Amino acid sequence: MTGGAVNGSTGARDVAVVAFAQTVHVRAADNLSEVEMLMPVLREVLDRTGLSAGGIDFTCSGSCDYLAGRPFSFTMALDGVGAWPPISESHVEMDGAWALYEAWVKILTGEAETALVYSYGKSSAGDLPEVLTRQLDPYYVAPLWPDSLSLAALQARALLDAGETDERELAGIAARSRNAAEDNPWAQLGGSPGADALLESAYLAMPLRLHDVPPVTDGAAAVVLAAGDTARRLARRPAWIRGMDHRIDAHSLGVRDLTDSPSTRLAAERAGLFDPGAPPPGLAELHAPFTSQEVVLRKALRLGADTVVNPSGGPLAANPVMAAGLVRIGEAAARVSRGEARRAVAHATSGPCLQQNLVAVLESDGSEGGGGGKGVGQGQGTGTGEGPGTGEGPGTGQGEGGHT
Amino acid sequence: MKAGQRRQPQSLSHLTGRHPPLNAVPSPRVLSAPLVVEFPFTRSLGPVQSAFLSGLRDRTVLGVQASDGRVVVPPTEYDPVTSEEIRDLVEVGQEGTVTTWSWNGSPRRGQPLRHPFAWVLVRLDGADTALLHALDAPEGPDSVSTGMRVRIRWAADRAGTITDIACFEPAGDSFEPAGEREPATLPEPHTGEFADPVTGIVAPARLDYTYTPGRAQSRYLDALATHRTLGERCPRCHKVYVPPRGACPTCGVPTGEQVEVGPRGTVTTFCVVNIKARGVDIDVPYVYAHIALDGAGLALHGRIAGIPYDQVRMGLRVEPVWAESGRYPDHYRPTGEPDADYETYKELL
Amino acid sequence: MSGQTRPGSGKEPVGVVGIGQTKHVSARRDVSIAGLVREAAARALQDAELGWADIDAVVIGKAPDFFEGVMMPELYLADALGAVGKPMLRVHTAGSVGGSTALVAAGLVAARVHRTVLTLAFEKQSESNAMWGLSLPVPFQQPLLAGAGGFFAPHVRAYMHRTSAPDHIGALVAYKDRRNALRNPYAHLHEEDITLEKVRSSPMLWDPIRYSETCPSSDGACAMVLTDRAGAARAPRPPAWVHGGAMRSEPTLFAGKDAVSPRAGSDCAADVYRQAGITEPRREIDAVEMYVPFSWYEPMWLENLGFAEEGEGWKLTESGATELDGDLPVNPSGGVLSTNPIGASGMIRFAEAALQVRGAAGAHQVAGARRALGHAYGGGSQFFAMWLVGTEPPGT
Repeated sequence: MTGGAVNGSTGARDVAVVAFAQTVHVRAADNLSEVEMLMPVLREVLDRTGLSAGGIDFTCSGSCDYLAGRPFSFTMALDGVGAWPPISESHVEMDGAWALYEAWVKILTGEAETALVYSYGKSSAGDLPEVLTRQLDPYYVAPLWPDSLSLAALQARALLDAGETDERELAGIAARSRNAAEDNPWAQLGGSPGADALLESAYLAMPLRLHDVPPVTDGAAAVVLAAGDTARRLARRPAWIRGMDHRIDAHSLGVRDLTDSPSTRLAAERAGLFDPGAPPPGLAELHAPFTSQEVVLRKALRLGADTVVNPSGGPLAANPVMAAGLVRIGEAAARVSRGEARRAVAHATSGPCLQQNLVAVLESDGSEGGGGGKGVGQGQGTGTGEGPGTGEGPGTGQGEGGHT
Repeated sequence: MKAGQRRQPQSLSHLTGRHPPLNAVPSPRVLSAPLVVEFPFTRSLGPVQSAFLSGLRDRTVLGVQASDGRVVVPPTEYDPVTSEEIRDLVEVGQEGTVTTWSWNGSPRRGQPLRHPFAWVLVRLDGADTALLHALDAPEGPDSVSTGMRVRIRWAADRAGTITDIACFEPAGDSFEPAGEREPATLPEPHTGEFADPVTGIVAPARLDYTYTPGRAQSRYLDALATHRTLGERCPRCHKVYVPPRGACPTCGVPTGEQVEVGPRGTVTTFCVVNIKARGVDIDVPYVYAHIALDGAGLALHGRIAGIPYDQVRMGLRVEPVWAESGRYPDHYRPTGEPDADYETYKELL
Repeated sequence: MSGQTRPGSGKEPVGVVGIGQTKHVSARRDVSIAGLVREAAARALQDAELGWADIDAVVIGKAPDFFEGVMMPELYLADALGAVGKPMLRVHTAGSVGGSTALVAAGLVAARVHRTVLTLAFEKQSESNAMWGLSLPVPFQQPLLAGAGGFFAPHVRAYMHRTSAPDHIGALVAYKDRRNALRNPYAHLHEEDITLEKVRSSPMLWDPIRYSETCPSSDGACAMVLTDRAGAARAPRPPAWVHGGAMRSEPTLFAGKDAVSPRAGSDCAADVYRQAGITEPRREIDAVEMYVPFSWYEPMWLENLGFAEEGEGWKLTESGATELDGDLPVNPSGGVLSTNPIGASGMIRFAEAALQVRGAAGAHQVAGARRALGHAYGGGSQFFAMWLVGTEPPGT
């Protein structure tokens, strides 16, 4: 980059995640419209912070028309916010993690003290791997309709060929993720028979098996951000955003080294993850929909054994496209707020084979205990008591979903 | 980690139904319907892509020389490092090396082959980047490997699209010449000029969705089947929404209490439509109106008939006319009542 | 928490130092999507005398992806826009997106996250068909209309009823904007033989809206380079300074909505005026680029934006005040009525306002323009984005 761009880790103001809510993620929330799916998480973060839509200074959402097959679908989702009197509001056609980034910048300008961020997606409406082909180069690639699963498998093969991983490690990532998800009541899939048993299964897209692949998920998430003392007032243990940055790589797979993610590394550097003297993060929430992508991200983020990866189960346990990245930030923030880690890194991705990546470094104040009071996550302290989400969706068991 | 902060493990099966329903009013059934989004997109190519695709039609593969000397295939209009415009085209080989691959056991609609095949990234001889395409490997995945040599299989009918390459096929271990040239001579400068160049492609795209309107709309549609219009009242501001969309948009809370409105209403404003639109099977001219049904907090949209179009006016009182079939009123017609006073509907435009 | 307070708190002033547009036409058959956006971006860079490497981040906007049939096309455009290794954001706020995109980009500079940002908006409507893209069938809904004209025509009628405006006002606006477009080499419609009579006798499409009172469907892109004080000091040409910018949204449809003069629009304008220290917009603003896709929206927005009292907007139009040589020129570029690559239309408004205060608007320059308003709206008259730009740095 040209000189002088301000480092993402030295924001002029302290900004924190003060509330996070997500739906119970399901294979198909087909009894609900998007706004019906979204509204409970909006209400939950607002109620928990005691704010109304009008009391929020800036609102930003992330969603994608192509998921549901309807142009302007975000205009209908706005009905769930209660945007009256009119609100200062924006929308990105990106994962909600980037909506959070836009809101963070808005607070950094000083124009806002608080921000509401939300995103949602009903991947069940279409054939997701096919829908995602429409993201690809419209002249040279999209006419071949290469599904997202096949492209991820190309990346996995490149990693295997380079000796960066093996199929057992990938199965281990799957088992670890889905076992972790058993502790996550919002996850779609949970539990695993273990790597040995997983390796017995057939290939879905060689070299990927079903366990390497995320489920198809409907879901939504919402976050409230606040600056400085406002954050301290709204949450007992805010999760401070120490730095945040995002970068994009070249689009074409044929010009990229698929075993690496330079954009993730650069974003992490700019977000302050590698700052001299900074301790390694206690936990990482990585938006790695495929097991093999976790391998790439761990390398780019220089994560070692002292970092717990995806304690929520990650996108292998629930992958609500357009919200999955925001969920990573929310999960990391909630865990930092609960005291599970003093420092955490959250990551979001977009595009084929990790083309675009966002990294946020979150920290707690550290010193005092975190028990009681208003935490960031759900089910903590003064929750609303009302269920957060789409509880009526059909139950989904292990092995269901996937891109099959 | 703090003891006691952590959530207890729970069985996922206990979660379904754990939460109270969103609305007080249950819906007997939730609707869904297929939604097809389909269009033949017309894409103009610009100079570099035009040369590449014209080349494929003529069984020639072009790349472009980047500022750092690399040959980019398929070629872009811009340098991968400096982003400056690049135009120095070169011809590359029709054989190449697989740089990575995956096996596609169940091909999908639109993909290059109907039987199982491998997706491959192929670095053609003379190129420094790889091209994505299909590899026909009839002997299955065991016959595919990174580093294997493959060659282009041209489509019989070529029109100047990426599918002019039907797929790749194994080229064996031998290092065969590509076309009439020795690989060693490639890449070779090329003017990019072809007779009757391809300047555009038509890219048909069809996606099939299942549309689910959700609970509130399903309740509304159910009632319409019995020719009743049910709005829903916001518990906070008490306005009645017709059609209900699940949320009171000003309060951001679910609407629940069902309220029958109409059947009569007032034309609050309208326009006369004089042009026929695709997908709208109504003869022009016709009147498209905002109609505030009695008891509703806002207007819905409908067609006015049973009166000459040039006599429709704001304030006209109307009632629905149902056709034999059809989910909605076919149109609304005048009731014969005196027109409503502007003051009574000015908030309902 | 250690609060790292930067010296010189408050927002960084934002200057527009580069502006580029394509020549807008109904179909740019000679370029790819990448070629179209690069053309605008390269012109903006050239105007700023900067190269691709001088850009820290790219913020791109466009209307629905269905128009081109490319989902999240910024992914494919990353290389074309020199964004590899940089942050790239994609904004979508319906018709206001061009304006929102510029504001998001300005925020990055104002927050001192980046120093120099390229912002760009585009639409290549010839890849599909705007009617199709705007009116995809939705199951369970009654197909009554297609396209935007029928949607907005009832609101125009409501305005006419409310204000007792005479029928000919819309034609005056269209006649003015089409004549202004003749002075703008980038405008799509160049109707050399336009007359008021031709506008008034053009076919009535969605009564009360006539054919000549509607916007075209265009292929086009618009780009701007935004930078901080240091960047502006190095700029080869005078910058336009951002004095205020805001977005406001309200729901699509709701009980009590005023679709003729939406509160989101007037609130947005009030916020911008407050930031810019404007108390009498009619007197203090020298030129306005407002989003007028159908002619009657000029008088409607004149009221909504505080240039005229309620019910008086049409009188301002009728008086000639909004003509290029009037005391409040509106859409000297020819406006959306002459050029409409949907996703870019809002950014063109913002860019044209900036051109005016830079004194760089060429044949459609408003003499002595020092403060100009750029305005965009979208959705069901519910999303608003505006900025006020000036010749002087803010606070001077």
